[in-house]
Amino acid sequence: MAAIATSKRRIKESAGDRIFLGFIYVILTLLVIIVLYPLIYIISSSISSPAAVTSGRVWLWPVDLSFRGFEELFRRGEVITGYLNSIFYTTAGTLISVTLTIMIAYPLSRRSFFGRNALMMFITFTMIFSGGLIPTYMVVKGLNLIDTRWALLIPNAIWVWQVIIARSFFQTSIPEELLEASEIDGCSDLRFIWSVVLPLSKPIIAVLVLMYAVGQWNAYFDALIYLKSADLFPLQLILRSIIIQNNSGSNMDAIAMVEKQQLAELLKYSLIVVATLPVLIIYPFVQRYFVQGMLVGSVKG
Amino acid sequence: MLNAVLAFKDYNVIKGIWGSPWVGFKHFQLFFENPQFWTLVKNTIFLSGYLILAGFPIPIILALMINEIRAGRFKKFVQLVSFAPYFISTVVMVSIIMLFLAPRLGFANVALNYFGFESINFLGEPGMFRSIYVWSDIWQTAGYNAVIYLAALAGVDPTLYEAAKVDGASRFQKIRHVDLPGIVPTIVIILILNVGNVMALGFEKVYLLQNPLNLVNSEIIATYVYRIGLLNANYSFATAVGLFNSIINLVLLLTVNGLAKRLTKSSIW
Repeated sequence: MAAIATSKRRIKESAGDRIFLGFIYVILTLLVIIVLYPLIYIISSSISSPAAVTSGRVWLWPVDLSFRGFEELFRRGEVITGYLNSIFYTTAGTLISVTLTIMIAYPLSRRSFFGRNALMMFITFTMIFSGGLIPTYMVVKGLNLIDTRWALLIPNAIWVWQVIIARSFFQTSIPEELLEASEIDGCSDLRFIWSVVLPLSKPIIAVLVLMYAVGQWNAYFDALIYLKSADLFPLQLILRSIIIQNNSGSNMDAIAMVEKQQLAELLKYSLIVVATLPVLIIYPFVQRYFVQGMLVGSVKG
Repeated sequence: MLNAVLAFKDYNVIKGIWGSPWVGFKHFQLFFENPQFWTLVKNTIFLSGYLILAGFPIPIILALMINEIRAGRFKKFVQLVSFAPYFISTVVMVSIIMLFLAPRLGFANVALNYFGFESINFLGEPGMFRSIYVWSDIWQTAGYNAVIYLAALAGVDPTLYEAAKVDGASRFQKIRHVDLPGIVPTIVIILILNVGNVMALGFEKVYLLQNPLNLVNSEIIATYVYRIGLLNANYSFATAVGLFNSIINLVLLLTVNGLAKRLTKSSIW
């Protein structure tokens, strides 16, 4: 009895250990501040008055609360177009990508699938070695996809990494016996995928949807090289032209110049907020799926 | 990928890829003799090297620290926050960097002036480019990368911790002798993947951060391929450069993988 009692009592931490732990807490708190500060700063700036932003009076909290940046933003046609385009690309792209990924990953997870190791090798190979930018561009050009919406949806529709994650999920959580049982009951392969595999794979589908959606929403490079007409541009590309290349787009007359410059500066902060907010708002709710997805992937590569 | 044969041909728009004449290694030779060749290779390797040296240990340390604190609100909060920047797009990331480091109104310079220092044109200084790139990258991805190590730490055999406790190990000794050896295989695999990507440095962010002033240090192979190939339509030459890059990468990956296999018995396949 006495032995059990002592083992239940925790061994006391030494002074050194407690100092060490305190030290860790301090560092982690500092890290949280370093990560959060720029984000809060951007949000505060975006809802401050133009003059306060340009004179550097914003430190942490908004100064002279105003929403002029956002008002101005939504008066601009290109931002609205970009937003609508991005929503379209994200929805359509995610739908295509997830469907294709499942269609590849599921057969590859079945042991009876002919040539599955060779195929898997082939797919993995593309992850570590690629022809490069120009050959890819030539293929897209050869398919007449340049300057069409398809150019953003098709060439990067499948990420090898996602296929690997999905495959290992199917392998571990959909046992062969389940397939055998359904076959005995007279279930076709397609029916099996639809009524058995998909309902059982909700966690992995969630991961795929989130990863692809965030990827599409944040992508700009494909749009940069494949698209030429401005009415197809996604938001990220518009963002680049306004903030990074500093094309505020407005022709300035001398009198209103100062104010316009201030507004242009403010506009950048508002744009960042508008472009990032959808992702950051959803993120805390879906964080566990992301973590889950990475765990599934790291079980076996 | 078959179009990579372009590298060995003189591309002609009218004749098409397959109709263009073969020229063997002409474009490779042109690239090696190019005066920019060594600058490009140097810039690429220095930037990647810096990124690995500085960016590789930090997620490990972060994961070890998060692992030490008791499960609770604070732990969840730390993870939530450190993970968040990963979802910021490259364009937004670069925008944030530019706003913070802007020569006149940027936060960094306002702060410098406040404490009585001269303003610095951060993005115009070639010497600053690599640090800006690397540290912003760490800011963005450290939390995300730490998750992998946290997963590995969760898999360490709990009896080892009990044994360490019974033997009177301090927290630090426990980290040093139980945690670290437990995640060595994961560390090795991530390191292999990192080194295998040395030449395949992300094009997107470098390209966005480039400006005429810092180009001496910021022109890497990937951005060069884009400039020469797509902007100047020099398809064959750019394909050769890209192919050279991919091959070096593959060789590096296989070498490091082989080394790791021999030294630690863990490899990516």
